[in-house]
Amino acid sequence: MEVKTAGSVGEIYRISGPLVVAEGLKAKMYDVCKVGEEGLMGEVVGIVGEKVLIQVYEDTSGVRPGEKVVNTGMPLSVELGPGLLKSIYDGVQRPLPVLREMSGDFIARGLEAPALDRKKKWDFKPTVKKGDKVKGGQIIGVVQETDIIEHKILVPPNVPERTVVEVYEGSFTVEDTIAVLDDGTELKLYHKWPVRVPRPYVEKLPPEVPLLTGQRILDIFFPIAKGGTAAIPGGFGTGKTVTQHQLAKWADAHVVVYIGCGERGNEMTEILEEFPELIDPRTGKPLMERAVLVANTSNMPVAAREASVYTGITIAEYYRDMGYDVALQADSTSRWAEAMREMSGRLEEMPGEEGYPAYLASRLAEFYERAGRVKTLAGNVGSVSVVGAVSPPGGDFSEPVTQNTLRIVKVFWALDSKLAARRHFPAINWLTSYSLYAETLQEWFRQRFPEWPEIRRWMMEVLQEEANLQEIVMLVGKDALPDKQRVLLEIARYIREFILLQYAYHEVDTYCPPEKMYDMMKAIKELADIFYKALEMGRTVEEIENVEGRDELLKSKYEVDYKPKLQAALEKIRKNLLGE
Amino acid sequence: MASEGVKEYRTIRDIAGPLIFVEKTEPVSYGELVLITLPDGTVRKGQVLDTSKDIVVVQSFEGTRGMDKSCAVRFTGDIVKLDCSPDMLGRIFNGRGEPIDGGPRIVPEERRPIIGSAINPAARAYPREFIQTGISAIDGMNTLVRGQKLPIFSCSGLPHNDIALQVARQAKVRGTGEEFAVVFAAMGITFEEANYFMKDFERTGALERAVVFLNLANDPAIERLITPRMALTAAEYLAFEYDYHILVILTDMTNYCEALREISAAREEVPGRRGYPGYMYTDLATIYERAGRIRGKKGSITQFPILTMPADDITHPIPDLTGYITEGQLVLSRELHMKGIYPPIDVLPSLSRLMKEGIGPGMTREDHKQWNDQMYAAYAEGVELRGLVAIVGEEALSERDRRYLKFADEFERRWLNQGKYEDRDIEYTLDLGWELLAILPEEELTKIERKYIEKYHPKYRKKKAEEEKKEEAESELTKR
Repeated sequence: MEVKTAGSVGEIYRISGPLVVAEGLKAKMYDVCKVGEEGLMGEVVGIVGEKVLIQVYEDTSGVRPGEKVVNTGMPLSVELGPGLLKSIYDGVQRPLPVLREMSGDFIARGLEAPALDRKKKWDFKPTVKKGDKVKGGQIIGVVQETDIIEHKILVPPNVPERTVVEVYEGSFTVEDTIAVLDDGTELKLYHKWPVRVPRPYVEKLPPEVPLLTGQRILDIFFPIAKGGTAAIPGGFGTGKTVTQHQLAKWADAHVVVYIGCGERGNEMTEILEEFPELIDPRTGKPLMERAVLVANTSNMPVAAREASVYTGITIAEYYRDMGYDVALQADSTSRWAEAMREMSGRLEEMPGEEGYPAYLASRLAEFYERAGRVKTLAGNVGSVSVVGAVSPPGGDFSEPVTQNTLRIVKVFWALDSKLAARRHFPAINWLTSYSLYAETLQEWFRQRFPEWPEIRRWMMEVLQEEANLQEIVMLVGKDALPDKQRVLLEIARYIREFILLQYAYHEVDTYCPPEKMYDMMKAIKELADIFYKALEMGRTVEEIENVEGRDELLKSKYEVDYKPKLQAALEKIRKNLLGE
Repeated sequence: MASEGVKEYRTIRDIAGPLIFVEKTEPVSYGELVLITLPDGTVRKGQVLDTSKDIVVVQSFEGTRGMDKSCAVRFTGDIVKLDCSPDMLGRIFNGRGEPIDGGPRIVPEERRPIIGSAINPAARAYPREFIQTGISAIDGMNTLVRGQKLPIFSCSGLPHNDIALQVARQAKVRGTGEEFAVVFAAMGITFEEANYFMKDFERTGALERAVVFLNLANDPAIERLITPRMALTAAEYLAFEYDYHILVILTDMTNYCEALREISAAREEVPGRRGYPGYMYTDLATIYERAGRIRGKKGSITQFPILTMPADDITHPIPDLTGYITEGQLVLSRELHMKGIYPPIDVLPSLSRLMKEGIGPGMTREDHKQWNDQMYAAYAEGVELRGLVAIVGEEALSERDRRYLKFADEFERRWLNQGKYEDRDIEYTLDLGWELLAILPEEELTKIERKYIEKYHPKYRKKKAEEEKKEEAESELTKR
């Protein structure tokens, strides 16, 4: 029989930073407790004999032994309902703007604020009627949450099949009853869900659809599938955060969940200021209309940082269950792992590699496994794609977090400090990165852009060959190479400067739609054909390298109306080299 | 400071390194300020690191030398706080926040916990106001903005102090007339170094607008753990209560991290990389993240931390973790220093993450962004070519390559190199850069739009100036 732990009261025995040990408390693992006179929020992470170990989500200065601990009996949960979008939460889903109203510019302790606005009214349109049978995960109605996202109201997933006896249409707050089931269950616009428990679905589907990001190196060479997982490791200054921001801005997901986990406060501010102003190229509405932000900056309590990734992914799963494609960015998973390490150290657990707990690998795996493209309980298809930034110390990829992440994720975007130092952005190394989705996704691209897979493979070969030739060039100099190979080096240079190089801060080139990518790919292929033909016709390599029209071609991508410029540049080059 | 009725305990069980273990106490709160009276009557301060019903762990800020089990321990019931008042300006304190300049105690308007709370990310304002430091390498290519945290990664023996002082002297936001107030926290630096700072502050009159916290090399190491927090508490108070724009100089963060490692070792914690505690990232973040601007508040905190990279190694945990938190870094180069170049800032590994928002029309100049890209690319190319010259000799180079080499040399000699008291305005920095860019063939300036080349390239400027002169002369003639 389950022991009731709700309402149990104990006493603090010991405090060591974010770890509080209580005695005389009835508790089960992951119960949420209110610690001390101020009622600081904490979570049970261990039970040793009569003592209960609690990680506290707030600063514990001033708390003393003997103060009471009250168990809520509930696991750490998030509120799921309309009003999530456009919100910015801390790691335990407290809305930061509300906290600001309560405690000013600095975050005080012991604050409680509901995640969803209790006063705001939403227009609810039922899609079921009296007498219909419903069960967990099913859609019973809709609310227009923002201009672009229709929020589907779900029956909480753990509710068994029942008959609807009452259902109301009209304007409601999240706490009003909108439907009643035959066993007396009252349904509301929101429900709660424990963050550490993955939300159920019917089945996982294979990753066949790409998550288009508008970033050429990603979409062309290392695509991620909808429902896929990717990692971006890189030392500081290589552009992890910028890449994450780019994905959050331009990925073709319906909903974006951005978790700022132990990173810079000013970076979150940048998103907060930028997202409401940036326009989504697909919907024409501000990006904020489809975004949920979870911000737990590096100086906010470390235990809440541990929780923040779970808070984020649970929200992502909830929108997936409505049938949406969700892109989740976690920046940075290393900070999350460090939070685990810190708590583990306080718990005096036996450390694994570099002081990280032995369960680091399984926690990372559990987290990434919550990604996926699924058939939902409501019968729709939805997906959660997860992109995790990794911040390896010293930029050294052999460290435990990077290595354990790479064993799980299917896409690896390796940031390279050498490329960053050369100001080649995105500084993703095209030789060491990989995508295990690349092959399966080519079919999708082939259907829309027939030559895409072929040109992609060809460009990859050229780049690979370039790397090999570079080694020779280092030894004997460029002039010692046969003409054909020198031309190949020149083509590789175009691929790098035209296709791969993409400035996040350029107003046009920041986002590249697939049609434009295809045009650019074809142009490069055509250019290569011209070059080889010119060589056959007796043109020198120097003439090819210095051909007029080169600059125009490279710069054409910066134009909104790029097509005529690109064509004109190609024609100019053709004329100069082939005289046609 | 201890209120009436505070119990005194003589129940010390163990003393280990800087830690004191006290047993049989009434409940003591976490983080509480502790007063320890030694047999000779001196009183030392400490802080509770771990508390339970059985045993309390206290770290003594002033070390445990001379302590024995008969010491009296008093728990004040209060966490460590700083007496705050605008009168702090112009004063000198020790690393524990006690005045050491012979002046009176600060009469506090407010006593603030030094631990500080996190700025709500929703309350922050994004930093984007250009600070002109008068140093070309910073203003031109690693622009500092108000509310940023930009550290100097130095090596022992390099003039990081001079750079910090020059920034403190010259930093201004143009067109506002607002000056910076400086909060200076020294952690474990030598008396000589500290004196160098103090003398300069005095001489330039900056001391009146400065709050100084000094923990010198011979002061207790553990005290260093609270010194930067004292300084930042003072900075927050002045910035957000009294609208000051504060420049916080923290030197040397390496000494701070050593103290952190010492405490961690004394507590027998599981060490992370190179013996530094696993929570060092979080701990450093609670210092560095106390920079910024807040919406609706006039003041701001800009941080200029200095750290020396052990063995000049940028992958060492201290610069590495710092780089992950701060918004860029200025990396000093021993090689440039040996060439006699001041400031020896190597612009290639240096970075200002907030630069992009702080430069451009209305802030610096319209051409600044593209100019910076071109300067960086050209210098990088020149430096790379030097490597080649070492192998194949300069004769083997093309004319184009030689020009790049010349550019790199002039870049270091004329543009980077400047006097310690030379205050260059941003236009000068940019124009000087343009003169160097003119060394390169014009078709190499691919990163700059045509319109800016025509406007700022010395060749066209000269032409324009000549034309204007000519026109003037002609109009003179017609007048006559």
